[in-house]
Amino acid sequence: MNQPLLLTATQKAGPAVTATVGGLVLLVLLALPLLSLLPADSPFQVSAYTLTLTGKILCYAIVALALDLVWGYAGLLSLGHGLFFALGGYAMGMYLMRQASGDELPAFMTFLSWTELPWYWTGTEHFWWAMCLVVLAPGLLALVFGFFAFRSRIKGVYFSIMTQALTFAGMLLFFRNETGFGGNNGFTNFRSILGFGITEPGTRAALFFATVMLLVASLFLGWRLARSKFGRVLTALRDAENRLMFCGYDPRGFKLFVWVLSAVLCGLAGALYVPQVGIINPGEMSPTNSIEAAVWVALGGRGTLIGPLLGAGVVNGMKSWFTVAFPEYWLFFLGALFIVVTLYLPKGVIGLLKKRGEQ
Amino acid sequence: MPTALYRFIFACLLLLPPGAYADDAGDFAAADNSRQAQLLESWAAQPTAERAALINDLQQGQISVDGQSKTLRLNNRLRGLIETAQASQQLLAPDPKLRLAAALQLQKSAKPAQLAFLGRQLAGETDSTAHSALSLALANLQLVDPDPAVRLAAVRLLGETGEPLARTRLETLLQDGVETDAKVRIAAETGLAQVKRKLLIGDLLGQAFSGLSLGSILLLAALGLAITFGLLGVINMAHGEMLMLGAYSTYCVQLLFQRFAPGAIEFYPLLALPVAFFVTACVGMLVERTIIRHLYGRPLETLLATWGISLILIQLVRVLFGAQNVEVANPAWLSGGLQVLPNLVLPYNRLVIIVFALAVVFLTWLLLNKTRLGLNVRAVTQNRNMAACCGVPTGRVDMLAFGLGSGIAGLGGVALSQVGNVGPDLGQGYIIDSFLVVVLGGVGQLAGTVYAAFGLGIANKILEPQIGAVLGKILILGLIILFIQKRPQGLFALKGRVID
Amino acid sequence: MRITATAEFMLEPAFDPNKDAGSSRDAIGLGQAAGTGLNTRHGTILTLEDISVSFDGFKALNNLNLYIGVGELRCIIGPNGAGKTTMMDVITGKTRPSEGQAWFGETLDLQQMSEVQIAQSGIGRKFQKPTVFEALSVFENLELAQKTDKSVWASLRARLTGEQRDRIAEVLETIRLSTSARRPAGLLSHGQKQFLEIGMLLVQDPQLLLLDEPVAGMTDAETEFTAELFKSLAGKHSLMVVEHDMGFVGSIADHVTVLHQGSVLAQGSLAQVQADERVIEVYLGR
Repeated sequence: MNQPLLLTATQKAGPAVTATVGGLVLLVLLALPLLSLLPADSPFQVSAYTLTLTGKILCYAIVALALDLVWGYAGLLSLGHGLFFALGGYAMGMYLMRQASGDELPAFMTFLSWTELPWYWTGTEHFWWAMCLVVLAPGLLALVFGFFAFRSRIKGVYFSIMTQALTFAGMLLFFRNETGFGGNNGFTNFRSILGFGITEPGTRAALFFATVMLLVASLFLGWRLARSKFGRVLTALRDAENRLMFCGYDPRGFKLFVWVLSAVLCGLAGALYVPQVGIINPGEMSPTNSIEAAVWVALGGRGTLIGPLLGAGVVNGMKSWFTVAFPEYWLFFLGALFIVVTLYLPKGVIGLLKKRGEQ
Repeated sequence: MPTALYRFIFACLLLLPPGAYADDAGDFAAADNSRQAQLLESWAAQPTAERAALINDLQQGQISVDGQSKTLRLNNRLRGLIETAQASQQLLAPDPKLRLAAALQLQKSAKPAQLAFLGRQLAGETDSTAHSALSLALANLQLVDPDPAVRLAAVRLLGETGEPLARTRLETLLQDGVETDAKVRIAAETGLAQVKRKLLIGDLLGQAFSGLSLGSILLLAALGLAITFGLLGVINMAHGEMLMLGAYSTYCVQLLFQRFAPGAIEFYPLLALPVAFFVTACVGMLVERTIIRHLYGRPLETLLATWGISLILIQLVRVLFGAQNVEVANPAWLSGGLQVLPNLVLPYNRLVIIVFALAVVFLTWLLLNKTRLGLNVRAVTQNRNMAACCGVPTGRVDMLAFGLGSGIAGLGGVALSQVGNVGPDLGQGYIIDSFLVVVLGGVGQLAGTVYAAFGLGIANKILEPQIGAVLGKILILGLIILFIQKRPQGLFALKGRVID
Repeated sequence: MRITATAEFMLEPAFDPNKDAGSSRDAIGLGQAAGTGLNTRHGTILTLEDISVSFDGFKALNNLNLYIGVGELRCIIGPNGAGKTTMMDVITGKTRPSEGQAWFGETLDLQQMSEVQIAQSGIGRKFQKPTVFEALSVFENLELAQKTDKSVWASLRARLTGEQRDRIAEVLETIRLSTSARRPAGLLSHGQKQFLEIGMLLVQDPQLLLLDEPVAGMTDAETEFTAELFKSLAGKHSLMVVEHDMGFVGSIADHVTVLHQGSVLAQGSLAQVQADERVIEVYLGR
């Protein structure tokens, strides 16, 4: 991981430094998949474990960025982004299941002695349709939920609670065996994607590369949005929604747009997460996971574009280390992190660095 | 003359049983399983007072042959038969209660061989409840009588009861090829319809009751939340953990009673109430003073910080008590239930919790509306600065109000420990439902919370049998979202000029 | 325990699809072009007839009748709780009256329009407490308020034209905030925020301006300047000013309306209403 480098460097602040550091990080990220292809005895070889872990964290970073768009910019704290992430993941997962089972039904369905595929999984043997589902499932759900929520001006903590209830309901639904989502175990035992073996180094490297590209694309999109008038309307919406309405803007449309966009980004991140990690199960929808994403954003600094990425990297890096070194204490640490960040770091690490830079 | 002789010998044989206990026991001990079954069936058909001791022994899995006690190996079928034989014996008992219990047992398990015996007993039965129970047991047997008239009478008798068992019996009878007599079939169909109607009433009442019960539990879980959210504007995600701590306090009190006062263990829940209240209120006040105090007016931040607190509390309990569920036993006065209809039993623990929940609401209402503290709390809620100017110690009021909310959750935890599993994750299961109650009920209104809790509880339980628990929950969530379209402020909201 | 009451909410239609739905484009909230076709043929820009609003039995407005002419500068005064702010809420669509009619021009029924539609059709409002977008700069505040296509799609592609920049610069000059154009609005003083909000109304270019206590927190010089500004606006725009500062009211208003307990107590020139027995009684509590 590259945080230490990034931390010390951004302390000196200055846009030029930030750009240089960002460029370096990007270069390292692009080099990682190539290094993983080196023969195992090479000193520069990156292990499959490291590559997968980094890829996983990058997927989380995209989620953090998506959450930051709605929370940091529009002031809507979603505690249900895990649902969108998982929906994208399930759509991809079903394609991988179909790849693994060939012309047969996926293994978990034959296990439940089902004879035919449920209608909503029709067409998932085609990669292009699975990709459409990755975008459509979270996008449509977000559209419908957002339409009703924003229409009745649910905001603040009410919105957070409703989104949390939504992802909880989703989790309950996906846990059931009879709903056709693989129940408790979810989807796993994938073999190939687009005909390539899923554990082959080349496939892994390509998936990692795709994740980096998606991250860069999301970052660019976020940057463009933040700089546009749209971004300024969102900020205004966060601070004084009523004033904005009396200026003649309809907050619903703006919220809905950024909300759906954020959900779709999450879905895409989920779709890249599943083939790299090799499993998707309803646990991804648990409220705990979604609220954890909020602490990534808060730690890094909401309302900034780099902050969420930094936060996702640091927290997940710590998590990987803790769960190996002191599994008992991880929850204590995470809990303390929630408290410390809200009490002492309202603007996150980025805010802290900026302050230092100004001094 | 020879006939008289035979008669005499036969009479002697009939008189044998008094002395035959030893033989019966011996026979039984020597017999193989199928012979033992035959023996038991015949004993059930002709119970005698003398055999009571033997059957009692058998029920303990013992038998004494020639003064020596032996342990028997019994299979389930034999155990069932022993139960039946035992019930037959009990029908001879002088106590009508015992006879009633025996008749109820025989409704389920009587064998055709007992027909004659049951007929005789019925004729001699004086107690009315025992009589009707016994007549049902007999009717069950008569359904297989070769005489259609007997079967017809039996079917009619079954139709007049509201027993779940009568339904299954009649349904079996109506299966293809079981009953051939057209008259009996028709009677059975009407009888079945009657029974179903009676059962439906019981089912509906049962659903309503479980709805009320769920509602009272939701109420206990959400009431404290309604106070902290409604009065202080604090989203306390650690509220579920306060329930959990309350339940664990109950567990600890139970352990202490087991250790130091095993005689009074029946009353441990009563002591657990103040203990749980004290423990959770203290934890709540500590949390308020150290963390939440700095976050007033920033609800989203409180949400995240209290989530952190909840993670720490869960892990703390895991470390202290283990990740497994701990066992909290119902005392005797909370076990069992009230039999209202044949298919409707109201468990005592749930009845007590409904009453308890309402009592807690009433006390909270008293506290908020009739005491100085309540006045202070309401003043701070409406205008913090003004209240401070009037000399209300806002800091202390905040602390006490938060402590009160947490303490109520602790009381809820005691109640939850009596109906469900107690484990570190107990609170997580309730927090979302509690929030939905508060959202639906509207902020700052006790009445809204009460209505919303019972409304959600009943709606849940009505939907559950129709579409399943999970879909029911999802549907409820959808309904709440739609409901908020209509009334964004919840069921009960204060209207007023929009303040910016 | 009356539990039946809760069941009702499950039975009644949970939402009314027609409620503040507006036109089909608006229904999704994607915004629409600024309203056109304001018809002021009869010289009245705002008509309130028999308006009543009650909050849990308390009547905040009680059969209120009020007419504002095109280009008029009207001052509304009245003791606290007279219903001034509630009246503004009714006009801007924030509160729906239980009875009565509210028309903007001759053809626009304010009760059928959402708050956003009302704002887009040409009613601008300044709040009692100055509300500006604190995280944005002064310039950006004005940019957002400026009259233009305010839909989502337009905002995504929006670029300021030279003409729009000039207009913003001009308004910045007028409200004397040119030097603070790049500062975040949150750092302005109370009086400066007041001016910024007035500036935001100016770039919004509404037909009718509702101003709730615009000079609270201003120095005498600033108040005087504001009075000049309002007088210069009158004629081109219609203004409705709620103010407690009688000096300020006297310096700008040709026509004053006194509200009391939710209805109009007196109307006329300031001198006239000040001489009115009932007004004196209400204000001095005799």
